[in-house]
Amino acid sequence: MKVLTANRLIDGEAVWYSADGWRETLEGAEIAADKDGEARLEAIGAAAFAADQVLDVAIIDVALIDGAIVPTRLRERIRAAGPTNRNDLGKQARPHAVQAA
Amino acid sequence: MYRYDEFDRDFVSARVAEFADQVDRRLAGQITEDQFRPLRLMNGVYLQLHAYMLRVAIPYGTLNARQMRMLAHIARTYDKGYGHFTTRQNIQYNWPALSDMPAILADLASVEMHAIQTSGNCIRNVTADHFAGAAADEVADPRPYAEILRQWSSVHPEFSYLPRKFKIAVTGADRDRAAIQVHDIGLHLKKDGAGRLGFAVYVGGGQGRTPIIAKKIRDFLPEEHLLSYTTAIMRVYNLHGRRDNKYKARIKILVHETGTDEFARQVEAEWSSLKDGQLTLPAADIRAIEAYFAPPPLVARPEGDEALMLARLDSRSFSEWLDQNVVTHRNPDYAAVTISLKGIGDAPGDATDEQMDGVADLAERYAFDEIRVSHEQNLILPHVARADLEAVYDELVRIGLATANANLITDIIACPGLDYCALANARSIPVAQEISKRFAALDRQRDIGELKLKISGCINACGHHHVGHIGILGVEKKGAELYQITLGGSGDENTSIGEIIGRGFGPEEITDAIETIVETYLALRNAPTERFIDAYRRLGPQPFKEALYVGEVRAA
Ligand code: SF4
Repeated sequence: MKVLTANRLIDGEAVWYSADGWRETLEGAEIAADKDGEARLEAIGAAAFAADQVLDVAIIDVALIDGAIVPTRLRERIRAAGPTNRNDLGKQARPHAVQAA
Repeated sequence: MYRYDEFDRDFVSARVAEFADQVDRRLAGQITEDQFRPLRLMNGVYLQLHAYMLRVAIPYGTLNARQMRMLAHIARTYDKGYGHFTTRQNIQYNWPALSDMPAILADLASVEMHAIQTSGNCIRNVTADHFAGAAADEVADPRPYAEILRQWSSVHPEFSYLPRKFKIAVTGADRDRAAIQVHDIGLHLKKDGAGRLGFAVYVGGGQGRTPIIAKKIRDFLPEEHLLSYTTAIMRVYNLHGRRDNKYKARIKILVHETGTDEFARQVEAEWSSLKDGQLTLPAADIRAIEAYFAPPPLVARPEGDEALMLARLDSRSFSEWLDQNVVTHRNPDYAAVTISLKGIGDAPGDATDEQMDGVADLAERYAFDEIRVSHEQNLILPHVARADLEAVYDELVRIGLATANANLITDIIACPGLDYCALANARSIPVAQEISKRFAALDRQRDIGELKLKISGCINACGHHHVGHIGILGVEKKGAELYQITLGGSGDENTSIGEIIGRGFGPEEITDAIETIVETYLALRNAPTERFIDAYRRLGPQPFKEALYVGEVRAA
């Protein structure tokens, strides 16, 4: 299972692609369950990069745990939550977000 | 300190205007990321995990109160209320928006600061002894030479596209507090038999993937030849340094592969065509730059001795701070103060906007408007009257910066690691925090004595782990964090590269492992005065291996 992520051009904010466009949290990201889905996400990422909306585009591995999308790599969990030493920073500082580690 | 002249001012504001235009065009989609990336890097703008990062240059780590207040203002206005002081004597902001960069750089320019050459394959911020101008053991202040190198290397057309980044460090004392032997060029300012100033020149040191100690290629280079000789080194490197492989592109690899003698011969040959030419520094010019770094008017303050004696009796914590964070000044009525940015359990090197403002106030009131950033990620007030130390301490307590741990095990260097850095393999900050908490008791720390513990989140070694008495390197193994320990490194005049002690430790094991190492040292040192590094050099790795890998060592 994979999702599409990037950083937004104007402010560098980590974003994930969802059915209604790029969002600032991983929650609700569109999941690709097969090769076709991945190819579709990749194309969307490439187009957004070409349109100067985002940079550092990547397709990352995730799992569904209790209905929540959890990235496989710690790096991506930290991107999705914020620095592990400061839970007042990053996405985890917002309501309803989880910590990375 | 150095003040911009008209040329500097025009140059920096032109650069701000140029970058503002580049940012506008990028945001308008007129230039692509591939075109923009090298431009933003030339202005210190990186992209990290959560956001952009801006690295601001603090030349040779020297700044004044006005500049420190501006750093606080930027943290407050454009970032999240803090900044991270780095092992390069710079500051990094972790959350600025690209669209705010022009405003930030304009604010910096208003106090004679910038972010130029804090990235890219150019000559980076020249670093220096953080006690420069104050140290009792100094031959002369190294900063005028660092400033000359800064002026010469700023957008130097010949050296803006080197094979790789290039770092120069200068010290003016025999005791090396600038780690010059792990820099591309290390300069040791000294006097010859006739009392003339000049440099011992070291080349080809560095950490990263391939740590190498610099080689001395000249015992004494008279000061007037600083730029011609440095140019000769740069030319040999620029010509022969490898551009085909990023991992072999630093000058350390060139010196290593060429051989020190042959490399030195090539430099001398190049120098013979430059020597005594237009790069020769006129004595008047050196003295003119030196004048910017003239010592402050250190009026006699003999009342300090008695004041300190009484204050010591009054407060044990003040007395401990005095013993640990205050060092001798060349003027006996004064002292140099280390402001620890390593509060117990805090992220090493981080300071809030309020703390920065507080340090600025202290500098103005008690320290002749001078502040330094040390490569050990602390701040320094280089000139404080001993009679004012108690007042300074009280204020540091108020702003939460009075931790008495300079040079102790909790004075940890740690890079941002995986909590921020896009290149990281593992986290550094939480490891530092946990070790700091484990060894929080000051009596225990002082019993252990001087111990340099340094942590990097990947092999790039921004946390200087190779030269830590105890070094910790974060790696990723099968998707999990793993920490490799090196022992016996040192970044001073007796530089050594730490040796990997054995298999790595998981995040839950690493603090215990460090404690085992420390307990082994305490049991084996031949006197409390034998420092960890000295004991390690005497004992070698074996007893530490045996303690860490009980039952595994002999079987292996
Ligand atoms: S050592 Fe690695 S992880 Fe740490 S700041 Fe440098 S590049 Fe990032």
